[in-house]
Amino acid sequence: MAGYPATAAPPALVAEGIHKSFGALEVLKGVSLSAAVGQVIAIIGSSGSGKSTFLRCINFLEIPDRGRIVLDGEELQVRTDRAGRLTGVDRRQIVRLRSQLGMVFQSFNLWAHMTVLQNIAEGPVQVLKRGKAAAREDAMALLEKVGLEDKHDSYPAQLSGGQQQRVAIARALAMQPKVLLFDEPTSSLDPELVGEVLRVMQNLAREGRTMIVVTHEMGFAREVSDRTIFLHRGRSEEEGPPADLFGAPKSERLQQFLSSQM
Amino acid sequence: MIPEILQFGDTGFGDELVVGALVTLEIAVYSLAIGLALGLAAAGAKLSRSPVLRGVAEAYSLIIRGIPELLIILLVYYSGGAAIEALLKLFGHDGGFDFNKRLAGSLALGLIFGAFASEVFRGAFMAVPKGQIEAAVAVGMTRRQVFLRIRFPQMLRFAIPGLGNLWMVLLKDTSLVSVIALDELMRETSVAAEATQRPFVFYLAATVLYLLLTVFSDVFRARLERHASRGVAGEATPRRPVRRAA
Repeated sequence: MAGYPATAAPPALVAEGIHKSFGALEVLKGVSLSAAVGQVIAIIGSSGSGKSTFLRCINFLEIPDRGRIVLDGEELQVRTDRAGRLTGVDRRQIVRLRSQLGMVFQSFNLWAHMTVLQNIAEGPVQVLKRGKAAAREDAMALLEKVGLEDKHDSYPAQLSGGQQQRVAIARALAMQPKVLLFDEPTSSLDPELVGEVLRVMQNLAREGRTMIVVTHEMGFAREVSDRTIFLHRGRSEEEGPPADLFGAPKSERLQQFLSSQM
Repeated sequence: MIPEILQFGDTGFGDELVVGALVTLEIAVYSLAIGLALGLAAAGAKLSRSPVLRGVAEAYSLIIRGIPELLIILLVYYSGGAAIEALLKLFGHDGGFDFNKRLAGSLALGLIFGAFASEVFRGAFMAVPKGQIEAAVAVGMTRRQVFLRIRFPQMLRFAIPGLGNLWMVLLKDTSLVSVIALDELMRETSVAAEATQRPFVFYLAATVLYLLLTVFSDVFRARLERHASRGVAGEATPRRPVRRAA
């Protein structure tokens, strides 16, 4: 959109000036980010800083009160209703853009009544209208990628948390999304299961996937992200290359936050 | 072994009782179909954003649940025919309408089943984990797809135990339909009991037949429940060895 030279590829994702309140509580006070294709952006901050809400605003699971979202050059059409809040204009566009944003949740949210393979193939079949056989084949390939090909016939309840989250990542990948959104993907895992999920995410980053990762794993943010954003009370308090943020934090809040994380 | 009065054929009432039991089952199945449809619709209305729909559904389930079943059956029987005829006339159909007892009975029991089922369905819909619905939305499913692929199948898992209960009650409530002289099991039994002056034998026979119906349907319910909770068995369906008695 405006501001980018027509010849250069547009950023994979732009979120600009996102505001969101819940009742009287202003959770986001104008947060922005721009992710180039292949970039990994980590969002850190204490709980209540608004980082999950920000991520949920990006795919309209939460409707921001103000702000702009542009995915791969296509701006989400919104209008302001009588109450002064944003609403979507075209439901079909929202649905389409959502399908291009893979979301991985803190609590996995796999569909309990479907097998692992069905969980992965469901989106492509229902939303992308892929043939069932092809979708299952793709799903198997993705399962292999996350190291769970032998679990394709299991139900989510039969898997460990780490395995469920890897399936959830495969489910997000199956939609061939332009950007992957991770909402604290390891926060509800037992410590010994965190590693297997982070390894999968690291591989995705290496493949050149565009990823926005809300995380409590400082090691991951530091080593894998290209850019880290520290959110504090609904604002970006400090952002930049992780080496700067973790090596020489300027803001006092970030210094406090980092020392509390050690 | 079987006393003569319970045998089949002209001498006994055995065949009448069996036919009565089949009518009972038939009415119960019709009522179930009507009741499930009404219950689902009412649950949808209760969960809708429209205050009008919500009000209508709440009124329906409150009124029906607040009136004795017997009274509902009589009300439907004595007013239902006229009401349906008037409705048909409204749509230009003038041939009159054969409002038979079976239809009246099924409609009345269906109304009752639906009122209770709407609560079961509503609770079951609300029990579907929000995160799973959110995941479906995030994948880009339309509302319809989310409903058909995620909400509805998962809702069933929570609804089937409650619906099974209601079905048991329904099977037994069919006996109330005997008040409109519909020849189901209860009425056949009392006719036979009176004609032979052997009430105990016949009421015992009816007891056995009702029990057979409920036991068989419980086996069926258990199967459905197992199917609906595939993948999550043990979580939503605790084992109940007590119910295995048969």
